[in-house]
Amino acid sequence: MSAVLQSRREFLKVTAAAGGGMLIGFYLPDLEAATVQGQPWTALPQGAEVNAWLAIDKDGNVTVRVPHTEMGQGALTSVSMMIAEELNVDWTRIRAVFADANRHLRNGNEYKTMFTAGSALVRRQHPHIMQAGASARERLKEAAARAWGVDRKDIHARLGELRVGNFSGTYAQFATAAAAITLPEEPAIKKPEEWWLLGKPLQRLDVEVKSNGSATYAIDAQVPGMVYAAVKACPAPWGSLKRFDDSDLKGRPGIHAVMALRAVPGKTGNDDLQDCVAVVADSWWTAKTALDQLPIEWDAGASASASTEAQRAEARRLLNAPGAVITEGDGTLAVIAAGGKVVTAEYDRPWETHARMEPINATVSVTPERVDVWSPTQDQSVALQLAADQAGRDTKDVYVHTVFLGGGFGGNGGGGTGVTRQATELSKQLKRPVKVIWSREEDFAQDKQRPPNYVRLSAVLGERGLPSAWFTRSCWFVPEGTERVGPATSHISMSDMPYQVPNRRHESISAKTHVPVATHRAPGTNQNGFMTECFVDEVAIAGGWDPLDWRLEMTQGMADWQLVLKTLKEKAGFRTDLPKGQGMGVAILEDHGSLCAACATVRVSKDGELAVEKVVIVIDSGHVINPHNAAEQLEGGVCWELSHAWMGGLELRNGAFVNTNFDRYPILRMPQMPQVEVHFALSGGTKWGGIGEPAGPPVPPAVANAIYFATGKRVRSTPFKSHDLSWS
Amino acid sequence: MQRTLTINGTGVEVDGDSALPLLWLLRERLALTGTKYGCGIAQCGACTVHLDGKPVRACVTPVSAAVGKQVTTIEGLGAPDAPHPVQRAWAEIGVPQCGYCQSGQIMSAAALLAGNPEPTDAEIDAAMAGNLCRCGTYLRIRKAIHNAAALMAKKSAS
Repeated sequence: MSAVLQSRREFLKVTAAAGGGMLIGFYLPDLEAATVQGQPWTALPQGAEVNAWLAIDKDGNVTVRVPHTEMGQGALTSVSMMIAEELNVDWTRIRAVFADANRHLRNGNEYKTMFTAGSALVRRQHPHIMQAGASARERLKEAAARAWGVDRKDIHARLGELRVGNFSGTYAQFATAAAAITLPEEPAIKKPEEWWLLGKPLQRLDVEVKSNGSATYAIDAQVPGMVYAAVKACPAPWGSLKRFDDSDLKGRPGIHAVMALRAVPGKTGNDDLQDCVAVVADSWWTAKTALDQLPIEWDAGASASASTEAQRAEARRLLNAPGAVITEGDGTLAVIAAGGKVVTAEYDRPWETHARMEPINATVSVTPERVDVWSPTQDQSVALQLAADQAGRDTKDVYVHTVFLGGGFGGNGGGGTGVTRQATELSKQLKRPVKVIWSREEDFAQDKQRPPNYVRLSAVLGERGLPSAWFTRSCWFVPEGTERVGPATSHISMSDMPYQVPNRRHESISAKTHVPVATHRAPGTNQNGFMTECFVDEVAIAGGWDPLDWRLEMTQGMADWQLVLKTLKEKAGFRTDLPKGQGMGVAILEDHGSLCAACATVRVSKDGELAVEKVVIVIDSGHVINPHNAAEQLEGGVCWELSHAWMGGLELRNGAFVNTNFDRYPILRMPQMPQVEVHFALSGGTKWGGIGEPAGPPVPPAVANAIYFATGKRVRSTPFKSHDLSWS
Repeated sequence: MQRTLTINGTGVEVDGDSALPLLWLLRERLALTGTKYGCGIAQCGACTVHLDGKPVRACVTPVSAAVGKQVTTIEGLGAPDAPHPVQRAWAEIGVPQCGYCQSGQIMSAAALLAGNPEPTDAEIDAAMAGNLCRCGTYLRIRKAIHNAAALMAKKSAS
């Protein structure tokens, strides 16, 4: 029997559903056993704070406060490693906790940023994180130097010990004194060649709590007196609520309230309130069941006619006229018009959703004293400010309890959606804590989605069968006024394609949609990379080239592209002469500062059944601080994009998505997961590229290119499962 | 109407709506939040628990179906100082990323190994096909199940 249950060995008597339900306390992980604790201000004894990032207790244990969220990308471990590297402290002495968002804002963005996105944590933020560790180390040395009457530069700081001549002491001894020291000059961070810890494959700090059920996510928050809300907005996003009939719910046991929340005129951001109906009950299941039965009338307005088919027709029409010129190449169209061997194609990819395993949710407690928020957010400070704004309270009275995220993937499930406002408003009105959970159906309907893109490409072949002109025109669907979605544009990975073609032109078109959009792991590159890298194969094959050799030829003089492509050639054994029904395909794309190539091996049965057997990944991210975690992220990236390309795609009909749950939006399952082999080809130097996102984008084109070699069929849209891949 | 079921070895008496899915009894009434809600229609496996040792999706299993039976959740599979071999293998390899699906994955894996101590890759794939992982940890899950099988074989041999 587990320790958890020993504490409630007494015979439990509970009421299972509506009315008089008894909530049995909090479940908190054992503080001593946990290396990760979700509530910084109640966490394990931390000892003396040397700076905002770390504290050292009397036994020499170091508590690292991690300002970033942990959504499976390894933030807790990576930040702790960077601090430990500079602090020169034994890795087994490190405890990681989440930093306090309230403190961060109170002290003028004390941790610089809490936003966790863009594969940026190591790539962009290592200088200030490592600086915090280096500064602490030097201040510990300075404190010892003053006590011993020696010069700081003579002191060695190693594995928690300070030493010079006959003097020695521990970090713990000098931690309090170090906190009060201001250095005349802050130390520089270590160069990669000086690392002793970074670069080693270390196990993540959060695997244990994620293997015994004790890791706490926002959806797990248990607050005394809490009630549960199920909510529903118009299935066509941003439609308005006409009326609902709650007469059947009046007096039903367990139902506390049936309420309408209204959009605020002029407030149409992703994190603003839409019109919605909320049923609040003793149990979320009671609330959800009642909401499902509630007659609601919506007015979707003009959005009611939006559909995937209508968007496709609109895109085709728009692509017939010029768009905004992104890459000028005035002669391009003339060269193509002059004829010769011209290759043309149309590609498109559909809407996709994040489908984080943890559905979108928020728990908020508004009291006269303070506001508490539990949110699956990629930026706690944003969730904090949303709750403060909705509650009409000062941010200093709002506390965000940082918890694990059940996936992030750019969707920012709490911080950037209206759910935080819904929970805040309901708690404010009902004067008790409220947990709002979006059902999976609501999550799919109201998440911010990845926009679809329709593209026309043409190229003309010149000398040696290589292209002499390359023209692309793309059309994506985004809400009015949207120019970019994070780094994504309708032309990323297309207008900036690296291949050295003499005449290049790209035109972009933005069509309008009512559907909210957001970044989606490797934004833009994940869509457009497919178009570019499949069309590259079409052009290479038309010119009589081996597709991998074509890419090497077209990137001559570009050292990192050559490094990655040559490594792929060496490791993957790419060939185009496999028996029919088998094929290999390659692709390479740049994303978040990293260059990543993939080689996929597929098998397609005569009746068109696809199996993706293996994917070889080669990445140049410049540096890697934890190869173990990096390999996991790259594997995950492969699964992510393969899933969408193979079996994903949302379909819009009458303004709403018809894909309501995982039965109608399948994602990759274990039997479909290919073997993944990861190789690092690191160019080092000043290059710091991301790891969490870049492995996804080259996978769909590599697989489609492999399908071509296996079947002779060129797949120009996703999902692959919608294509007939049979051959004879 | 009162009913009794056993959850992680402890008797629990429940009354109220017999249609209430076991998932919400566990999460909301017993604060056993290791079992997760993911889809509500038995498509994702995040809510997998054992009912008399067999894996079931708690989101579609009414409490009434568990009356008189033994329910085991992730919290009852092992103990912090004596984790189940599957949990040990999970932690040693470092399977989880976001971790949200992993309770369900572990419960499915433990049920598989209880009935098949030496599963092949194909048998693992078949047994685990009902558990989604959006982070893509499938390859490590498969490896961890093999390792757990070895740990269990070693234990029973000694």
